[in-house]
Amino acid sequence: MQNFTLIPMQFAVPDFLPALPEIYLLAGTCLVLLVDLFLKDSQRFISYLLAQVVLIITALLVLASFTGFPFFESLQLSSAEKVTTFSEMFVLDPMARILKLTIIIITIGVFVYSRDYLRSRDMYKGEYFTLGLFAVLGMMIMVSAQTMLLIYLGLELLSLSMYAMVAFRRDDGRASEAAMKYFVLGAIASGMLLYGMSMIYGVSGSLHLEHIGRFMASNQVMDNIGLLLGLSFIIVGLGFKLGVVPFHMWVPDVYDGAPTSVTMFLGAAPKIAAFAMIIRLLVEGLGDLVQGWQQILAILAALSLLAGNIIAIAQTNIKRMLAYSTISHMGFVLMGILAGTQTGYSASMFYIITYAIIATGGFAVVILLSRKGHEADQLSDLKGLSSRSPWSAFMMMLFLFSMAGVPPTVGFYAKLSVIQAVVNVNIIWLAVFSVVMSVIGAYYYLRAIKLMYFDKPDEFDAVNNSLINVKSQWDFSLLLSINGLSVIALGIFPGALMSLCVWAISSSI
Amino acid sequence: MFDGYLLSVLIWLPIIGGIVTLFSGDTLGARPVALLVSAVTFFISLLLWTGFNPEGYQMQFVEFAPWIESFKINYHLGVDGISMPLILLNTLTTVLIILAGWEVIKHKPAQYMAAFLIMEGVINGVFAAQDSILFYVFFEAMLIPMFIVIGIWGGDNRIYATIKFFLYTFFGSVFMLVSLIYMYNQAGSFAITDLQSVKLSMTAQILIFLSFLVAFGVKVPMWPVHTWLPDAHVQAPTGGSVILAAVMLKIGGYGFLRFSLPMVPDASSELAWLVIFMSLTAIVYIGFIALVQNDMKKLVAYSSIAHMGFVTLGFFVLFPIIANMGSSEGTLLGLQGGMIQMVSHGFISGAMFLCIGVLYDRMHTREITAYGGVSNRMPKFAALFVLFAMANTGLPGTSGFVGEFMVILTSFKANFWIAFLATTTLIIGAAYTLWLVKRVIFGAVTNPKVAELIDINKRETLILGILAIFVLVLGLWPEPLVHVMNDSLVHVIEQATTSKLVN
Repeated sequence: MQNFTLIPMQFAVPDFLPALPEIYLLAGTCLVLLVDLFLKDSQRFISYLLAQVVLIITALLVLASFTGFPFFESLQLSSAEKVTTFSEMFVLDPMARILKLTIIIITIGVFVYSRDYLRSRDMYKGEYFTLGLFAVLGMMIMVSAQTMLLIYLGLELLSLSMYAMVAFRRDDGRASEAAMKYFVLGAIASGMLLYGMSMIYGVSGSLHLEHIGRFMASNQVMDNIGLLLGLSFIIVGLGFKLGVVPFHMWVPDVYDGAPTSVTMFLGAAPKIAAFAMIIRLLVEGLGDLVQGWQQILAILAALSLLAGNIIAIAQTNIKRMLAYSTISHMGFVLMGILAGTQTGYSASMFYIITYAIIATGGFAVVILLSRKGHEADQLSDLKGLSSRSPWSAFMMMLFLFSMAGVPPTVGFYAKLSVIQAVVNVNIIWLAVFSVVMSVIGAYYYLRAIKLMYFDKPDEFDAVNNSLINVKSQWDFSLLLSINGLSVIALGIFPGALMSLCVWAISSSI
Repeated sequence: MFDGYLLSVLIWLPIIGGIVTLFSGDTLGARPVALLVSAVTFFISLLLWTGFNPEGYQMQFVEFAPWIESFKINYHLGVDGISMPLILLNTLTTVLIILAGWEVIKHKPAQYMAAFLIMEGVINGVFAAQDSILFYVFFEAMLIPMFIVIGIWGGDNRIYATIKFFLYTFFGSVFMLVSLIYMYNQAGSFAITDLQSVKLSMTAQILIFLSFLVAFGVKVPMWPVHTWLPDAHVQAPTGGSVILAAVMLKIGGYGFLRFSLPMVPDASSELAWLVIFMSLTAIVYIGFIALVQNDMKKLVAYSSIAHMGFVTLGFFVLFPIIANMGSSEGTLLGLQGGMIQMVSHGFISGAMFLCIGVLYDRMHTREITAYGGVSNRMPKFAALFVLFAMANTGLPGTSGFVGEFMVILTSFKANFWIAFLATTTLIIGAAYTLWLVKRVIFGAVTNPKVAELIDINKRETLILGILAIFVLVLGLWPEPLVHVMNDSLVHVIEQATTSKLVN
């Protein structure tokens, strides 16, 4: 029996610097939690502002480790470097930096989008923001985790916060049902993941991904039943978290039942963390089992593309439609990963980052359409939006075309890069299948655009018989414009973000 | 002027002009701004003609800048004798469309004009792109404005038509994307010239050829994937029909010359029979379908499909001739015929749709039976309409004759029956067009509304007059156009007859 040590027995003080953003975020979150206790309901914006400030400072700290601020330079923490700390359990590499930054930026956006929504529905509570911050902390830990234990810890921190956020509208039956479903299925998934991890640990003798990787490289792994079984359980767990077919059942119900602002959060940032988790577990840990997981993921991807795109056509509820659309997009993300090449991983990374941007924008428009007493979650609520609010209709059109993958929006380049990755490893059937599915998918995106542009609005004010205006705060409108224009800007100049992803993957894995 | 970035100006000036138009207001600003932008673009595009050197097949006005470095995709533009005339056709057509929509479009004119300007820039991009992904981006981006134009300003059944149009063309092109990526993995670059020189196995070539056939066949459109076209044409506003018939369909033909023939020559040769069969079916069968239409726009739409059959026939008849004669001598005429047919069809079909638009604006119906005796009330219009109808039937002296004659002449070298079937168009085409003229223009006035018609005004006369001049000039003196594209087409034949098979 080889003797791998779980944790080296030495008591040097760990290097806290690579984990500085996380440490700061934890402290900041506790501060928000405390301050919020002493605030009246009318002063709730203080918690909101404080949460945003905490996020911004965390983002700056992550950014600082990027650009090599003088403070960091003295500690030789250049951005292309891979630094580990806490007995090698925590890693800070370029991929982690970029993903963390994206997660934080998306969350800042989600908070801006959701503020008014929460206020008009009596959900403007400090807990919303502290839970959100804890979720971000969980995600950041997942992104940086280098042992299976830490991955699991981060995942649970994220999941527990998310369960509570989904149940935030506690007097609403559907929200509670969604939260319950999410909790039960999420718990099963965590259990599966943990079971798989324990099997891998049993065979390889270590929780540390690098050690597992080394064990894999030096043994015949493809005929090791224990490992394969562990791998299957891990994939089941990951599949649940990512929401791919056949582990997707919770996605539409949770998306539909949760308050829209929570759906937006749930649909964007955690997907990025789940991507990181897959890269860490499957690629860094079980990279030598690639033949094992490639086929499973190919089937999961194909099924997700099929079910996601076809079932979405039958939806009349826009949140459910976007939920199925997410499922199909996760199929595309898996395509890049299953290629098992660096091009593939960077393609998936590009895909997930751009998808998070697009999905946030899409849900923002759903929030924009709703008002107190009217949730606007039906597709028919989009009717005639181009007459009611031409600019937000245009933004929504950009998001929808981007989801459909029509150039010159960024969605096209995301699809291009993952398809390139699978064609590169000669899985051409999947490439052809995915493009056929994206044509089917184009139909329901087009239908939404049709509702906005070609149909007449039917939302009239009962009192003075005029069209109901679409109202929003200045920061909401500004962010929506930035969000929408970034979809087209990234579509015209996708090169920089793509190179960034390629660089991140090649210097991390 | 514009040294080194002329093509960029032609792409981005209309797009930016379109955005300006969008914000210039529905009441006054939009129309003059749009006309100014389109006219300026047209005059700038004339610099392409004057500055073009017809000697050699090399790309001219080349622009090159790295774009997406991780995939080695470049912003690479250039034109040769094939694409240059098509860009001019596009810039001219857009000016006419803006003029044609001047008074007619009352609902959101700013957005209407903007959509056409943006489309103009994007289509120029399609013809100028020398990188296949850049081509694909423009190729797809073009769908968005067209989708909106049909959907907002179209007829009663516009939503069905526009979604069908979008999905059909989108479906066609996605397979091409997979093929391009496959070839990229072999060639290590997306540049069109690199893809043209990469060696491929026969199976790969056949599959790639089929994917191109779907992409460009839908665009042309070829039988049996033509069914979106009558719907789109009938429902689209006049401007939409004109740009669709005059320019967008040409992208399909252009794709065959730029992608299919040079990139997969062996498969093209192997499957030429299929394309020829499809083209002949379009010419004969679709011609008969045109004969029975009651809707004027539908009739012209079907006649477009039949005429575009000559384009694909002219391109692919090359291979049976080589099989018969053992050399590519004389095949150039077929390609030239196809190209002239494309340009000429651009003028004629554009003019036909504009004429129908003129009638529709006055009568608000496209039913042939509602008309009769229009010549009594609108003599000027009737004269022009008859001219375009004659050109549509291929009367010598009009541009319609030149291309079809060249293609038929070439087909005789390949096979008597191919030529025979192609020639039937002279009868069928004459039948449906002349019958249309008889029922609409001539005869006694039966409908009281026809009796109230007013002849075309100065604006309409100008638009149709310009097209009439082009139809006659190209019909009487096609030499300049033939000369410009000669060397590029010779090069295409060279590529199409050089095997690229992997040993």
